[in-house]
Amino acid sequence: MTDSQINIQHLCWRAGFGPAAAELRPIRKSSLKEFRSRFLMASREAPLEIEVVKNPFEGMTIQEVSKKLKQATEEERKSLRTFHQNGIKSLNQFWIQEMINSKAQLREKMVFFWHDHFSCRSGNSLHLQKYLNILRKHALGKFSDLLMEVSKSAAMINYLNANQNRKNQPNENFAREVMELFTVGKGQYSEVDIKEAARALTGWNANYIGEFVFNPGQHDTGSKKILGQSGEFNGDDVLTILLNQRGTAQHITEKIYRFFVNEQPDEKIVTRLSKEFYESGYDIGQLLQTIFSSDWFYKTENIGNRIKSPIELWVGINRQLPMQFGNPDAALGFQRIMGQVLFNPPNVAGWPSGNAWIDSSSLMYRLQLPKILSAGTDFTVLPKADDDTQMGKAVKPIKGLTATIRWPLYFQTYSGIDLKDLPETINSFLLQTLSTPSEAVLKKHSKEVSREAMISSRTLLLMQCPEYQYC
Amino acid sequence: MLIKRRSFIKGSGLATASLLMPRFLHAFGTEEKVPPGNKVLVVLQLSGGNDGLNTIIPYRNDIYYKSRPVIGIAKEKAIRLTDEAGMHPSLDYLGHLFQEGELGVLNNVGYPEPDRSHFRSMDIWHSASGSKAYWQTGWLGRLLDEQCKNCEHSTQAVEIDDMLSLALKGNNRNGFAFKDPRRLYQASRSPLLDDLLNAHDREHAEHTASYLYKTLADTKKSTSYIFEQSRQVATGVYPSHEFGRNLKTVASLILSDINTKVYYVSIGSFDTHVGQDVQQTRLFKQINEGLKAFVEDLKKNNRFEDVLVMSFSEFGRRVAQNASKGTDHGTANNMFFISGGLKQQGILNELDDLTSLRAGDLQYKIDFRRVYATVLERWLNVKAERILGAAFEPLGFI
Repeated sequence: MTDSQINIQHLCWRAGFGPAAAELRPIRKSSLKEFRSRFLMASREAPLEIEVVKNPFEGMTIQEVSKKLKQATEEERKSLRTFHQNGIKSLNQFWIQEMINSKAQLREKMVFFWHDHFSCRSGNSLHLQKYLNILRKHALGKFSDLLMEVSKSAAMINYLNANQNRKNQPNENFAREVMELFTVGKGQYSEVDIKEAARALTGWNANYIGEFVFNPGQHDTGSKKILGQSGEFNGDDVLTILLNQRGTAQHITEKIYRFFVNEQPDEKIVTRLSKEFYESGYDIGQLLQTIFSSDWFYKTENIGNRIKSPIELWVGINRQLPMQFGNPDAALGFQRIMGQVLFNPPNVAGWPSGNAWIDSSSLMYRLQLPKILSAGTDFTVLPKADDDTQMGKAVKPIKGLTATIRWPLYFQTYSGIDLKDLPETINSFLLQTLSTPSEAVLKKHSKEVSREAMISSRTLLLMQCPEYQYC
Repeated sequence: MLIKRRSFIKGSGLATASLLMPRFLHAFGTEEKVPPGNKVLVVLQLSGGNDGLNTIIPYRNDIYYKSRPVIGIAKEKAIRLTDEAGMHPSLDYLGHLFQEGELGVLNNVGYPEPDRSHFRSMDIWHSASGSKAYWQTGWLGRLLDEQCKNCEHSTQAVEIDDMLSLALKGNNRNGFAFKDPRRLYQASRSPLLDDLLNAHDREHAEHTASYLYKTLADTKKSTSYIFEQSRQVATGVYPSHEFGRNLKTVASLILSDINTKVYYVSIGSFDTHVGQDVQQTRLFKQINEGLKAFVEDLKKNNRFEDVLVMSFSEFGRRVAQNASKGTDHGTANNMFFISGGLKQQGILNELDDLTSLRAGDLQYKIDFRRVYATVLERWLNVKAERILGAAFEPLGFI
């Protein structure tokens, strides 16, 4: 493999969800610089606002909606719950398809990053749709806009109990997490800062259809002292004060570095980047461009050493090996088995990373996945119950992960490549690790009766190797 | 064989499980099959938030019946434990254990600032964090980190499930999850993986994927170990539902020579918002039947003194019933301890105080981490402070 190919693929894996089958040719033919500028350009355009879930109360005022909800019968409540469950499922399916098919890979990857950062759950699909649209809109824009809008989104307001935060009856949940997780990070504030910020944040609420509502009657108008500043602050002021802290830039930059570059941050680089990030007015796109245009991003020690999260693994396989599922819930089933369901992070701190994804059973399942997808081997798994969404119903085993792989499309990727060069070409397209699995073993297990058999068998074999778990 | 097994033991709490007398020595006429002191913990997770107040029923308390005019369990239906407390009618075997002094009930267990989301509250019980902290490892996983740096098999803590729970994930070591030892063994028998492992072993080189190869090698070794062990012992007659099968798997491993110290089993869902009685009764019947077969099996094999079953649920439920003959998410709850080796039995502390509710919820009296500390220090004989991240005062029931 040429240096240029591995570097381009490194960019594809880290700044996106891996190279797509159709990209193999341009990857082999382009210079890193050419490929990168096309890659980054593809995420320039503003994303379309998604409307997978339609407001069932379209045309009604919020007063009418509230009245209707209050008067709803048990039956109507139940059907509304089903509506939201289906809505959340549809959002999940839509998003996974975007990750797989979108040309705007950097934007999709960044939306995924921000979902983990602004970790949030909700039973209301309209709230989640709005939340997702905010992430998509600002994923590569200004972090300040993103923070402001996510904080005021109905999903977040409910998730972190900002709606229960009232004058003289504070709920500090949001005030604490916005400091600890979303902005400056642990150790940069005191318990008093949290209490005072919670006072300033009183009065925030959101309605059923996902609009932000400010209740002046619940707001504490008195003077507060937050991070050394005093004034009659409101919720917006709290966020502004936090954005003015250089610690916020440092915290976010370090997290981005860990996610995109290396779990072990290089302090000098992070400090320099965070200074630029702060001075650019929190320009996320610019920060990422700097990272992906640097030389150090492509250093050997940063390549092929990151364990793919379940979502990255699933989307990556689907991009490299185009396939279709008879069961529309296949992707969701996989997410549940592996413990990474979009819109269902474990807690406000988001998902674990790296080796934390790996234990005996999850590894066995990961390694068997290509076989299950291609041959439909009998491997049914019972996911863990999620009582927050199942409402006491029994867990059903996950089945129907068998896919129809679009082999002809995949074979085309390799057209024009000499038979003798094929093994090496497939290896370098699929693996990013420094070391590769034993060639003797691969040879022994692959079928070489025809060109097609050799491509398909080697591809599935490589995807079953531990090396494929890294990017 | 014996020497080899002993040679890697360094006297740590978990490793001593391997000091078990191997099965073949039993033939030499030793009275007891297993030397005493080889303690095993079985964690029983009641997923979904079991309603503790209809589990241990305060049948002398008017507030209980006033709060639950429909779903409250009448005194004459409950199984009598004490003058104050009865047990859910479907748990008659547990009532029997209570009379035999082999059951302890700890009331009012919880934690400060409780969370009402199933997932988050379970997260807190699994990780043993406070409700404002987010830990990515579990208390039993950290037990493995502390105790199993050099264990031969990664089977000191196993979960009878397809996927591993957070509770059993450590920083460096993980528990082992499987539902059926045979299926696990068969799934791990892949000629490709065998060849890859062998080739990787031969190379001895610093390898990017080394961590995964090591985990894979561990997994393969452990799966055949578990399968071998689980085959050795034919055990009693268990009910045919999944919970029964899972307990049978646990019993067959406890009665083998396996080095496992901690077993983890779940049953659910106890999320009884609607029509609670039917759902809870169905699950309790399974628990009752399963534990009956399990305990009798252990007694028959003289192992009941060394086994402690501890039940928990992520939260209790609200004191008042809701409009759908169910209950909504609450706070503090009771925990059960079943063993032939309890120091204190019966109702271990005062019943839930229904007069001092906070917004309709019980207020916890005992932090669940004190229970963990008790089990770690007094049952598994390991220092709890590092595992729990702070000192919690152990209780005296074991």
